[in-house]
Amino acid sequence: MRFGVVVFPGSNCDADCYHVIDKVLAEPVEYLWHGDRDLKEVDCVILPGGFSYGDYLRVGAIARFSPVMEKVLEHAAEGGLVIGICNGFQILTEVGLLPGALVKNPSLKFQCHNTRLRVERNDLPFTSLYKKKEIVEIPIAHGEGSFVADEETLGLLEKENRVVFRYCDENGEITGIANPNGSLNNIAGICNEKGNVLGMMPHPERCAEEMLGGLDGEILFRSLAGWRQGGDVA
Amino acid sequence: MKKEFWRKMGLSEEEYGMIKGILGREPNEVELGIFGVMWSEHCSYKNSKAVLRSFPTTGERVVQGPGENAGVLDIGDGQGVVFKIESHNHPSAIEPYQGAATGVGGIIRDIFTMGARPIASLNSLRFGSLKSKRSRYLFSGVVAGIAGYGNCIGIPTIGGEVYFHPSYEENCLVNAMCIGLIDIKDIAKGVAQGPGNPVLVVGAKTGRDGIHGATFASEELNEKSEEKRPAVQVGDPFMEKLLLEACLELIKTGYVVGMQDMGAAGLTSSSSEMASRAGTGMEMDIAKVPRRETGMTPYEIMLSESQERMLVVAKSGAEKAVQDIFAKWGLEAVVIGKVTDDGYLTVKEGDEVAARIPAKALTEMCPVYAKEAKKPEYLIKAQEYDLSTLPELGDYGQVIMTLLGTGNIASKEWVYRQYDYMVGLNTVVGPGSDAAVLRIKGTNKGIAATTDCNARYVYLDPYQGGQIAVAEAARNLVCAGALPLGVTDCLNFGNPEKPEIFWQFKEAAAGISEACRTLDTPVTGGNVSFYNETKGESIYPTPVIGMVGLLEDISRVMTMGFKDEDDIIILLGESKDELGGTAYLSVIHGLEAGKPPSIDLEAERIIQRTTLALIKEGLVKSAHDCAEGGLSIALAECCMAGGIGADVVLSEEMKASSLLFAESQSRIIVTAHKEKMDKVLSRLSINKVPYKVLGNVGGEDLKITGSGWKVRLAVCDMEEKYRGAIACYMDM
Repeated sequence: MRFGVVVFPGSNCDADCYHVIDKVLAEPVEYLWHGDRDLKEVDCVILPGGFSYGDYLRVGAIARFSPVMEKVLEHAAEGGLVIGICNGFQILTEVGLLPGALVKNPSLKFQCHNTRLRVERNDLPFTSLYKKKEIVEIPIAHGEGSFVADEETLGLLEKENRVVFRYCDENGEITGIANPNGSLNNIAGICNEKGNVLGMMPHPERCAEEMLGGLDGEILFRSLAGWRQGGDVA
Repeated sequence: MKKEFWRKMGLSEEEYGMIKGILGREPNEVELGIFGVMWSEHCSYKNSKAVLRSFPTTGERVVQGPGENAGVLDIGDGQGVVFKIESHNHPSAIEPYQGAATGVGGIIRDIFTMGARPIASLNSLRFGSLKSKRSRYLFSGVVAGIAGYGNCIGIPTIGGEVYFHPSYEENCLVNAMCIGLIDIKDIAKGVAQGPGNPVLVVGAKTGRDGIHGATFASEELNEKSEEKRPAVQVGDPFMEKLLLEACLELIKTGYVVGMQDMGAAGLTSSSSEMASRAGTGMEMDIAKVPRRETGMTPYEIMLSESQERMLVVAKSGAEKAVQDIFAKWGLEAVVIGKVTDDGYLTVKEGDEVAARIPAKALTEMCPVYAKEAKKPEYLIKAQEYDLSTLPELGDYGQVIMTLLGTGNIASKEWVYRQYDYMVGLNTVVGPGSDAAVLRIKGTNKGIAATTDCNARYVYLDPYQGGQIAVAEAARNLVCAGALPLGVTDCLNFGNPEKPEIFWQFKEAAAGISEACRTLDTPVTGGNVSFYNETKGESIYPTPVIGMVGLLEDISRVMTMGFKDEDDIIILLGESKDELGGTAYLSVIHGLEAGKPPSIDLEAERIIQRTTLALIKEGLVKSAHDCAEGGLSIALAECCMAGGIGADVVLSEEMKASSLLFAESQSRIIVTAHKEKMDKVLSRLSINKVPYKVLGNVGGEDLKITGSGWKVRLAVCDMEEKYRGAIACYMDM
């Protein structure tokens, strides 16, 4: 599996994602420059966290117009894998690959801490090595991570089983207190209909090494790396 | 020229006379403005220089000492750690969000100007009482500003300290520290070498913001300070992120001769300092400086403190290559002049000369003052206070709970959860510990860092307080398993023109100096911030010590939390009956008096080296410094961090309040597996380190037993109090 990490002006988790794939997974990985219409034939595109274009106007709103995003749209349409983490998730909702939007946390503050997530689906390339309903700990770091969508969209997401991660408590219960940012239905990550595009607010790359806070995020990258190329997606 | 004009520039009559002498004529307004900022305390250190010379600044690891944009220490394998701390007090007191944000932005630029990639930020903050609305406003604004800038630029904020005291009510302190990593061979310096080489302004456009920020920083705050809001700069972390990436990419090309951040005094200081260091001159046409406003005068362009700009001296012929790199990042790089060999800073606007001053006149020729120093009256009274008459309170458990719930001791979680402390994937130990620890990718090494100062001690005895600030910083690093390497300091004081304030400054500096020598931690740079006064009232003297240390083997990193049932708790160091200057005295008795705890630097050194050896050999499982609140609070912190209780007996013949709350120095709590206890104790005996076996880890409560008294507190109750205290003030 060849990975590509997009670099927008203001991306700041690009090097982190690159490090995990290159050094922890030892898989091939390329940087993809925002201004180039070239995905360098990668299999999986990562839109990393950060503050693309300074988050000016609205988070992710400017990045969606980057030349590279034209190619990302084509890639996704052809069934190629795309994962947006944090700011990457925000960009995916702006560009229309995923529904809903990410708005300011009700605390009105940036929040950086660990969260517990329940893995709702393990039949995706991103989550195949997790156990179903597994409870994992992955940190968040965002000011605008509250997932919102209209009722119809939310109903559709639930009906089509497209919620991939939900904030939960230590017993896996979906409670208000376990929800760090007021996301509707405790949504932390969703996928598209075909299951080849994932957006999530928590940062799996930040817990891919034992020394830095566990390996719960490494499983996601390992799932991807091990996914059979051209494999049947859900 | 009218007296009002040079007075407004902060210059004295004698200084004005000197300037006329240097130039051999009357200066024009632009020139006077340039002298005004360059000879301000903030840029020239004219009042502090003589004292700062006493600091030890050399050592086998010192690659770059004071005088450059930041200090550099050798950490082996050809790598260096680049670090510096700087104050942004006055801007933050006027406009907390932007003041703090630009403080962070400025110190980050100091690091990447050296060619280093910034890998972490720390800070040291002081505000008035949490009960005051204004303090809460400043506190929340400053924290949001630090978060806003640091998170966006993607440099983790990994640690720091926050204190609350009424003396900072109007004049809060915001000290920002940044750490970078560099291959020593790649170090870039702020030098304008090679006459004929092009001078470029890169990064953001120049506006009217921040004009006279440096002068503003060199006077007391007063009612009119609010009017100086335009002297506070506005930060753009996105712009700085681009500038950072572009500059680091540029340095790799080898086209850079010298580079300097346009910080305080903007174009003026960067150009004159770069020329002065290289013994050259510089000629600039400021009509070429990209501007975001129309109609700016030469005076405004030279003194603007617009953020996110750098001055670059490139190799002749490399102009296009430099511009291409900046264009890639969407930034401008404009040639505005060249290096000359005449030693003059020549500022032109088109063909017209707007200013012409010998570069060294602005830097080296600034007068140095030996200020009058006098021991303040308050000290004698405070030190002589008779503490033996204090009533002994019965319910010690309640006292511990009260202390855990005071802003100065309580968890700073409310603060650091707003900081992205993980980005960069190096944070092994984040905020909330004795010291933060970063791994160095591609090696087995780690860097530990901390900021420290107990201003109450410094207030009660500046010399001893200065010593303790250094000793405590080093002790914090040792508790993380790191060897302390070096210091950057941020010396925050009142008005140095007052002999009492200058005495505090001199004494504290002498104490710092002494401690740095004994503990072998040279000073590689820093910052002096005077005039921290409002309406004639000074802040507590607050010399903040930023310190970095090295872990040769990151797998040996140590944390403070108690680990397992039945581990043995051992207290290293001596507990004394000294309650002067303690948090207990301040919080419980409303007193800030007595002598601060005594310190024996040699004993401190031995205890630190011994602890480090125990950690390196894997003999201990936790280590924690005893600081504010004394032994009882330190034990509580170990329990809370480990999520486990402890059973401790304090058998010394001493009154309970002293046993529990005295802040005796050079004490470290360690735990060891019981099978390793004998080995640990024999090490301590060999090194002649005094110790006491206190008890063992276990259960869900912290139990402390003395002769005739007992404390029992559930760890979960303590934690609730400890973690909720600041949020309780801020989120209600």
